[in-house]
Amino acid sequence: MRRVADQILPTNDWPANAVPSDLIPPGRKRLGWAVMAAATLGLLATILVQILYKSEVDTIGFETWRPVVYAYVLWGVALGIGQVLTRGEDGQRALFLLPALLFTIAMVIFPTLFGFYIALTDWNLSSFSGRRFNGLDNFWQMLGDPYYRNALFNMVLYVLAVLVEYVIAFGLALLLNAQIRARKFFRVVFLMPLMLSPVAVSWMIGKSLMEYRFGPAATLARHLGWDNPAFFSDPIIARISIMILDAWTFIPFMMIMLLAGLQAMSREVLEAARVDGATTWQTFWQVTFPLMLPVSVTAVILRIIFKLKLADIIITVTSGGPGGATDSVSSFIYREYRDRSNVGYGTMLAMAYLVIIVVFVTWLLKLANRFVRNVN
Amino acid sequence: MSVQTTEYTVSEIRSPASFITSRVFIYGALVFWALICLFPIYWTITTSFKSAVDVTQGHLIPFVDFQPDWKGWRSLGLSPDSIFQTSTVRDEFFKRFMNSVITSVGASSLAIVIGSLAAYGLTRYRYKFAWFKNEDISFFFLSQLILPPVVLALPFLVLYREVGLLDTRIGLILLYTLMVLPIVIWIMRDQFNSIPVELEEAALVDGLSIWGAFFRIVMPIALPGMVAAFILAMVLCWNEYFFAALLTSTDAKTIPVMVASQTGSQGINWWSMAALATAAIAPLAVIGIALERYLIMGMTAGAVK
Repeated sequence: MRRVADQILPTNDWPANAVPSDLIPPGRKRLGWAVMAAATLGLLATILVQILYKSEVDTIGFETWRPVVYAYVLWGVALGIGQVLTRGEDGQRALFLLPALLFTIAMVIFPTLFGFYIALTDWNLSSFSGRRFNGLDNFWQMLGDPYYRNALFNMVLYVLAVLVEYVIAFGLALLLNAQIRARKFFRVVFLMPLMLSPVAVSWMIGKSLMEYRFGPAATLARHLGWDNPAFFSDPIIARISIMILDAWTFIPFMMIMLLAGLQAMSREVLEAARVDGATTWQTFWQVTFPLMLPVSVTAVILRIIFKLKLADIIITVTSGGPGGATDSVSSFIYREYRDRSNVGYGTMLAMAYLVIIVVFVTWLLKLANRFVRNVN
Repeated sequence: MSVQTTEYTVSEIRSPASFITSRVFIYGALVFWALICLFPIYWTITTSFKSAVDVTQGHLIPFVDFQPDWKGWRSLGLSPDSIFQTSTVRDEFFKRFMNSVITSVGASSLAIVIGSLAAYGLTRYRYKFAWFKNEDISFFFLSQLILPPVVLALPFLVLYREVGLLDTRIGLILLYTLMVLPIVIWIMRDQFNSIPVELEEAALVDGLSIWGAFFRIVMPIALPGMVAAFILAMVLCWNEYFFAALLTSTDAKTIPVMVASQTGSQGINWWSMAALATAAIAPLAVIGIALERYLIMGMTAGAVK
């Protein structure tokens, strides 16, 4: 390792355009290939030894798979060194991209493929029988699972709530964009909820402000004439409460994006509209809103993507209750694992969800593109 | 609400009466929303100084309604009279706190390093890996944003057990890096695009290597963007609950997991929960106030062309 590093160091100091790839001496190229080949062999050998050890063919091996991780890291380093040795400046360029690429591939592709395999097994961590391949059984079970269907349906509702959040966020952005004093103060205050951990928020608001007996929100609701302000016992009200909690945290996110859009809008257009005698109502719908459309679409789509991951608030406030009514897909799968240790089935649910949202988001992006083009 | 606001802002030139109405409306709305944002925080902080009676009777204003007391903070071992005594709760709290600090700083730093490099490469050079070109690689990175944590959680649970990373800070750092990497690349790509290429060309002519040009010329200019990306990543990692709840049990537990584990129990100690929640949100509240400019810069990167 040290020897290779010593040889590679000078390349970094060379003027970048001094070594085009065809001027690289063949010896250096050979060395580069040798480094990459050796590292690849090393990685494969480690994996092979480990597989043999784990399947008890062999007695030499490691207790855990961690050496394979180290081997992968070393392989990545060797790959980078090899790139520079064999391809000169092109290799140096590739070095910018390689770390992130290797990292993401290792952390996403492999676990996802592994996940698809787990999804096809009957695997309960708390039972002694261990993992057993059972084909599509989990899938059929999923199709008949009313709780999963309910969670998917809830996700539709939660995503639709984004539109309401958008209207509020737009209103707040307009307020902040108006000629006001202490703009910075209000901006910091409005941004505050986004900074707070959703778990702390669920305690602060969900568990204490909305507490049935003496939470201030419940007291206020009683004063306003709602006799029985139970925020989390009726399925529909509980869903709305969850939406409000989530909206409270995330409205600032859209608000900031929309505010940036408003501030980037040219004053001349608004001036021109006023000179032409447009009422403010007309100005908003004919000028401001269409001009804000691209930003709005970005904000809403990003928000929807975050919304699709919604879990922590539900887990900590209602744990899906009453009777699974407020479950999001993520929180449902979380409990499937936490309460029942059902890894195989839970993973199948997660994978199905992944497919659904990939299709949904792709469709959404297409739709958004067409929408923005049509209006402008 | 939104529509009326513009109506007033534009019409403010037209007549004094409607000008005043619009002022009243705008400031009314601003103050109303500020109350919505601040009241839960106020409630939490004051509750940490209340005793049981004050909580159940819904007392709100300290010194008027109720006599503040260090009760909540004493139970955490952080009140003035208990701060010098040994306290297991405090030790536990600091351990969780340090876990949160280490994982979020570690993950954000790692993401900034590999994310900035990748973003720089993608904005400046043309790549071709097999049939993947720059756009495809960018899309690959950004598409990770869609991936819900729940998809990765269970495979990682099994994998981490196999490689011995379950309940370790390193394991969390790796996952959090993955989580914030798309956002960092998104922000940094925007940053590097706004830096003229001529600067680097001049540096190359002067004899710097491409890596030299990156470190000596581009990095200093892109530093504010890096700070913005770092802070945004910090916030996301600090608040992360899902992975932490699944993948940690004793050693690497973070603050959100600690907060959540207290809420489940029956007969909540309101004051101590409030103190814990206050302590959990305080660092980010301070960051939010002090570095608001960078946060906004990070969130609006690439949104407005």
